[in-house]
Amino acid sequence: MSTDLVRVRTGVYHDSVSLMRVSQAVTGLPGVEVAVVAMATELNRGIAAELGFDLPEAGPADLLIAIRSGGPAALEAAAAELDRLLAGLAGRTGGGTAAEHPPRTVRTAARGRAATLALVSVPGEHAFAEAMDAIEAGLSVMIFSDNVPVEQEVLLKRRAAERDVLVMGPDCGTTVIAGAGLGFANVLRPGPVGLVAASGTGAQQVSCLLDLAGVGVGHVLGVGGRDLSEEVGGLSTLRALEALDADPATELIVLISKPPAPEVARTVREAVAKLGTPVVTALLGPGQDDLTAAAENALRALGVAVPTWRSWPAPAPPPPDDRPRAGGRDTGGAGAGRTGTDMEGAGAGRTGTGTEGADGSGGGTRAGTLRGLYSGGTLCAEARLIAGTGEFTDFGDDAYTRGRAHPMIDPTLRLEALAEVPPGDVVLLDVVLGHGADPDPSARLAPGIAAAVARGVPVVVALVGSEGDPQGLNAQAEAVRAAGAAVFTSNAQAARHAAGLLASAR
Amino acid sequence: MTLPMLSGEPQVITVGAELLGEALDAQAVPRVGVDWRPPMPGTAGDLARVLADPRRVRANETAVGRLTAARPQLVGVRPAHEVLDLPRGTFLHAGPPIDWERASGPMRGALIGAMLLEGLAADAEEAADRLAAGQARLEPCHHHRTVGPMAGVVSPSMWMFEVRDAEHGGTAYCSLNEGLGKVLRYGAYGPEVLERLGWMGEVLGPVLRTTLERTGPLDLRSLVAQALQMGDELHNRNRAATSLLARELAPGIVDAAPGHAAEVLRFVNGNDHFFLNAGMAACKVSTDAARDIPGSTMVVAMARNGTDFGVQVSGLGGRWFTGPAGVPDGLYLGAYGPADANPDIGDSTITETAGLGGFAMAAAPAIVRFIGGDVSDAMAATRSMYEITLAEHPAYQIPGLDFRGTPVGVDVALVARTGLLPIVNTGIAGRIAGTGQVGAGLVSPPASAFTAALAALAEAAEPGGGIG
Repeated sequence: MSTDLVRVRTGVYHDSVSLMRVSQAVTGLPGVEVAVVAMATELNRGIAAELGFDLPEAGPADLLIAIRSGGPAALEAAAAELDRLLAGLAGRTGGGTAAEHPPRTVRTAARGRAATLALVSVPGEHAFAEAMDAIEAGLSVMIFSDNVPVEQEVLLKRRAAERDVLVMGPDCGTTVIAGAGLGFANVLRPGPVGLVAASGTGAQQVSCLLDLAGVGVGHVLGVGGRDLSEEVGGLSTLRALEALDADPATELIVLISKPPAPEVARTVREAVAKLGTPVVTALLGPGQDDLTAAAENALRALGVAVPTWRSWPAPAPPPPDDRPRAGGRDTGGAGAGRTGTDMEGAGAGRTGTGTEGADGSGGGTRAGTLRGLYSGGTLCAEARLIAGTGEFTDFGDDAYTRGRAHPMIDPTLRLEALAEVPPGDVVLLDVVLGHGADPDPSARLAPGIAAAVARGVPVVVALVGSEGDPQGLNAQAEAVRAAGAAVFTSNAQAARHAAGLLASAR
Repeated sequence: MTLPMLSGEPQVITVGAELLGEALDAQAVPRVGVDWRPPMPGTAGDLARVLADPRRVRANETAVGRLTAARPQLVGVRPAHEVLDLPRGTFLHAGPPIDWERASGPMRGALIGAMLLEGLAADAEEAADRLAAGQARLEPCHHHRTVGPMAGVVSPSMWMFEVRDAEHGGTAYCSLNEGLGKVLRYGAYGPEVLERLGWMGEVLGPVLRTTLERTGPLDLRSLVAQALQMGDELHNRNRAATSLLARELAPGIVDAAPGHAAEVLRFVNGNDHFFLNAGMAACKVSTDAARDIPGSTMVVAMARNGTDFGVQVSGLGGRWFTGPAGVPDGLYLGAYGPADANPDIGDSTITETAGLGGFAMAAAPAIVRFIGGDVSDAMAATRSMYEITLAEHPAYQIPGLDFRGTPVGVDVALVARTGLLPIVNTGIAGRIAGTGQVGAGLVSPPASAFTAALAALAEAAEPGGGIG
């Protein structure tokens, strides 16, 4: 007989990522069946209500606590642990004397302080105010938040132009400024390359490959996935290009984007032609160079030899315990491979699911399916395009991140999907390292990979990271390889390898 | 275009997910974390529209610039009927507009007292009947360049401080302070109250008028600045300012009226709040200088009538945005307690509107016990008001905060964003007409007055020009 504890703490606020970590920790306690520790937004109230909790009145500015456990003793222990965790969250903000009286808006934070930029990651509907504060204070701003209306984006970028500052985002996952990584960012050696990127994981792949080739990257300026749309008109891309052109330390600019709106493409081309700094442009999509090719183009432009991209072959496969069976499985049972829309947009030309027609025929060998389980939107789109077949899911898409942390932080959904992949299919997944990402992604992924490999599912990993990343590129590669995966630092190569595995299995 | 951030050491302001801030800490990148909370419920859309208004930044700079540049000077003391458009039978009152029906006890008591003072009724009962029958005209002080403490009732025969803004040329008025205890402004109207008002009209007012004619204008900006450095916050503590005022005026009073000098000076010295009314007129003339700037989100008046708390905003003309007045939290005199307290009342919140009072609590550690707190609470109160204000006052400084200027110019948008309401120091009036003062303390304005003002600002906002 389980017991529920439901509490509302009025006026206590913590950000969603911090609370998800607390929820996760409490859920993992002995005897706890489920825990929801979240701001009492409509969404979170819905989640708790669906779990059957009886909820009192509460609003988005109140902290909702709902714990279900096996009995009163376990519940009490969980509540005590929760108090400890929440106390740990309180008062962590900032450093120095500011900690005593932390500012409540970016406006106050900027007052009388020598800040150089602001990083905004509040919920999207509130990001505009904080970003506007930064611009009005003469600061560039990175907007990590998503769900910012496009008209607000345009307005912010126009104001930024008036104030000679740069808006990076919204929905900008990655930026590196003078070696400081903001959001999901890798540890890069300093160097002559500057990136302008409308794609976060695209920028991570290119900058990590350059870093592996010994070429440093000084700045990665994210501009947000919509910047090159007709509505936004490349406002930030143009400014970022100009800024890098004016930066004496930048010798080569790499521009990474999905294909822009035609009008915008012309404007950007004209702007690029006027720059004194050479520009390597990588437009992602059908018929275009992939990210690895873009990195190689950049190396050639710098006169640096293109290396063999590091990879770790899979260990010899275990003896096949059962070959794919005749009669096949039920198509519906593998519903986890639902194809999401790409967060970073390259949705057109998505390769569909055309591989499961043999079911129910009562004979013949079922053709395996390539299953892409991705955390990075651009990486997912690239792999889908290269493989030309299979079912690809971007778990970083909004549809999967509502009410839970990004898959680069929380692998739960990907692990669930991985566990459902039937023998004979091939799995392709990305592991992204760097600041902001899971401090040890292989720790949770490896057992899932090992289980998949053991039941006859080859696993290929695209490992996006630099040698300086805190997780350790080698250590992570070795850990997933030891679990049975083939590991590639190039996502394009990983995708080709995975497609090849599937072809040879047929 | 060059971006300075590309060449300097990065220093980052982070707001939102702590994970991203911690990632910067792990890289030893200096950062300031913002302690962010969601804005007041239901304000996100209005905030976006108000913040997008292209006029806002400049309008607010103008508004707060005018407020802080004002140079209030006490130029005269004159009877209300001389200076205000106040026909017999018309009374001014504190706060937003109100009628007898909705008026609270102390407001009714003060109006009854004013009827008696003006000889419009033979006794209290008749006065109440006439008021209930609508035979008197009631108008807010704020509509007549005037402010009044507590009930704020002004009748034609009362004498007023006249304060002129030497910078912008405006004029504002406030009645003379009667002292504490049973006084008209707290709704008392007994014989001793009327007797005192009579003396103020016959002796105090004329003596002060003659005095000021001799001394010439008295610089209130510098007097307020000095009083702040002597431990006043100019709302609940006016001891230093009153002393400074008495020192300035005493020789002139003796010269002007040797026969009355002793009783006048004794009266001034016997009332630590004598300066309050002059200070309120100084604040009023300063905030009036900041009125009517299109696009400005700055508050130019906060005032209570004992029933409603109202605010006016520079960019929204004379409109009032109101919510229910709260009951102050504080210390009570004698046997009085919270049950005896009337909801918040008075125009004295003009001091907070101009960056004094609760906003300057850090300057007045001597009165922190009023709010049941300690000195660090006073410091925290002032510090928190920097979150919702547009500027720091160039002349009004707080020694305990390293002479930082007081937080001044409440921004409606910042109030909605932070959920921090203006901190208001106040006296507490008795609930029942005729009681007088029962205590003093702190009060929170209703959030709804600010969210209503924000909604009106959103409606009046010029589009930001997002999509061209």
